[in-house]
Amino acid sequence: MRRLQTVIHEVETAAELEKMISENENVMVCCGRMGPMCIPVYDIMEELEEERTNVKFASMAFDTPEAGIIRNAPECRGFMGLPFTMYYKNGEVAHATSSIQNMQQITSILDAKLV
Amino acid sequence: MDEIFDVIIIGAGAAGLTAGIYTSRAKLSTVILNEGAIGGQIVLTEEIANYPGVESTKGYMLANIMKKQAKSFGCKLKSNVKIIKYSFDKEIKVVELEDGRIFQGRSVILTPGGRPRSLNIHGENKFKGTGISYCATCDGDFFTGKEVVVVGGGNSALEEAVALTTFATKVTVVHQFDHFQAFEHAIQEAEKNPKVEFIMESELRGFYGNENLEKVTIEHLPTGKISEYKTDGTFIFVGYQPNTESFAKHINLNERKEIIVDTDMKTNIKGVFAAGDCIVKKYRQVTTAVADGTIAALSVSEFLRS
Repeated sequence: MRRLQTVIHEVETAAELEKMISENENVMVCCGRMGPMCIPVYDIMEELEEERTNVKFASMAFDTPEAGIIRNAPECRGFMGLPFTMYYKNGEVAHATSSIQNMQQITSILDAKLV
Repeated sequence: MDEIFDVIIIGAGAAGLTAGIYTSRAKLSTVILNEGAIGGQIVLTEEIANYPGVESTKGYMLANIMKKQAKSFGCKLKSNVKIIKYSFDKEIKVVELEDGRIFQGRSVILTPGGRPRSLNIHGENKFKGTGISYCATCDGDFFTGKEVVVVGGGNSALEEAVALTTFATKVTVVHQFDHFQAFEHAIQEAEKNPKVEFIMESELRGFYGNENLEKVTIEHLPTGKISEYKTDGTFIFVGYQPNTESFAKHINLNERKEIIVDTDMKTNIKGVFAAGDCIVKKYRQVTTAVADGTIAALSVSEFLRS
């Protein structure tokens, strides 16, 4: 069941996320809620989805048990601000951020980590 | 871009989206250029219960409806853009984006809104997301069973301090003055909550820790004495500042950097109007932004017809 009202694809299970990571070289997943720190990141991903065809963009609802795959990731240790945003390259975590990020911050990470 | 729009709107908060709805419905070709997320301050509001005609809604939902309305009337919307230059001195106004796109318009409505003020002190950037937050609704539950500091003395600070007591064992409000600017009911709610403590006439000077925030330094302003204060998190609510820096050399601003407009939302530049949280006014609500946006759009219509 979808929980987020995002235009980008919402991943609903850990298995689906693992499949997406294994089938796509570059994946960016924003794990959050429909809150003020998360919505701007979803909006930016929606904008980038058209121009960055080499990256698969997705959202994931933070409060589901399935999102434990992100919540409990070692790269998210110490994170205390939504959303948790994960960048995957060739099936591995290439980068992770906590809390709101702007367009420049996100594109910098994409340019550096998901080329 | 060769097209000359009737109206270029800068900003897609409540004022900008409202202006876009009105101008595009009036068959004026309209583009909204927005540097941040669509909705502006509305999406920072968890629940809006006092918007007339709407019983209760989430802020982002109201913003989404406004966006859909504007688009349905033909308004074009470009969000998350980076504007690098404004030229308002000629009849045709020009806005240049970082990516090279150029937008031309017969009129401009400035609705850039505001942003949460940050403290700009040591460690603030480092601990954003690992102990420092600007949204209790978003991040409050990460501090369950922990002690937090709230910075500020307005309605947001005191209301969020009380809200945080749902999660935190202790909430310490640090405020620079010896009295609060909040409404009396908010002050009373905070004062009667046993989990809320106050450190008055004091300001934070820095954030410290390793992986996560562990302590802050606080200066007691009357004495200048700086002390360390252990905390697991800090929530910052020190108001908003208008996003008007880019217009400063074109448009008349007051000492608070707010745009000076007349009752028709006209600025000092012919063909340039402003509305919403960026203008000089006392009350900033979704409803007042919507009203400003409406007036600006109607004034633009009149300006273009004349």
